[in-house]
Amino acid sequence: MEVLEQPTELLEQFAHGELDAFETLFRQFQGEVYRWIVRIVRDPGVSEDLTIETFWRIHRAHARFDPTRSFAAWARRIATNVALDYLKGRQVKTASHETVLVADLPAAASPNPAVQRDIRERTERAFRQLPAKLQVAATLALVEERPYQEIADALGISTGAVKLRVFRALRLLRKKLQQLGVEP
Amino acid sequence: MNELNDKKVQELLKQALGPTNSELERDLWPRMLQRLNERPAAVPWFDWVLLALLALWFFFSPAGIPLLLYHL
Repeated sequence: MEVLEQPTELLEQFAHGELDAFETLFRQFQGEVYRWIVRIVRDPGVSEDLTIETFWRIHRAHARFDPTRSFAAWARRIATNVALDYLKGRQVKTASHETVLVADLPAAASPNPAVQRDIRERTERAFRQLPAKLQVAATLALVEERPYQEIADALGISTGAVKLRVFRALRLLRKKLQQLGVEP
Repeated sequence: MNELNDKKVQELLKQALGPTNSELERDLWPRMLQRLNERPAAVPWFDWVLLALLALWFFFSPAGIPLLLYHL
């Protein structure tokens, strides 16, 4: 997050559970947290709800926050977990009615706008069938093109693990796209 | 069937998911405050006591389990 770090005094007040300090941090970081979440879930309306959920978890965990560390990094880590939980929940819902739709779609390799739209829809559908943690890594690395280190910090894993997830996401997505008849 | 290369898959993904230059358009603090003021769905203390008594009963007298299930 690009926002400047907060003075330790404010962070200490937050860690002690002072609501005014929490409000100050909320007002300063809500935009950054929202932007991070919307990058992952791609839905502005849902992202607002998840921003609230993120700060709710932040508030509940105030006593565990170390004021000498970065609030922004901590908030981003929690926001990533919240977005991940959301994607896990959504995956179950979409998976239940996916099966019927997939097989009926015709293969496409033309520049026709309708066909292009069809390819986009199938690509998104294939992507949403991936495990949530692969979706997060792939969205941030391949679509948002965020640095691996930044993604690793947000997910709480090593950069090697991020690269592995992106690799697995690509491999799985390629396979699913081929099953759906999408070719270059 | 030819394999899609990684760059092509990435390109397809970018097109499918679209850009997200969405900025937060309103202050979410009022909603946050509302969430903070919601009373947590707390379990009354006597429910915990009842549960503890039930657990103790089952521990010392396991024969009571089918008896309870019968009466449920």
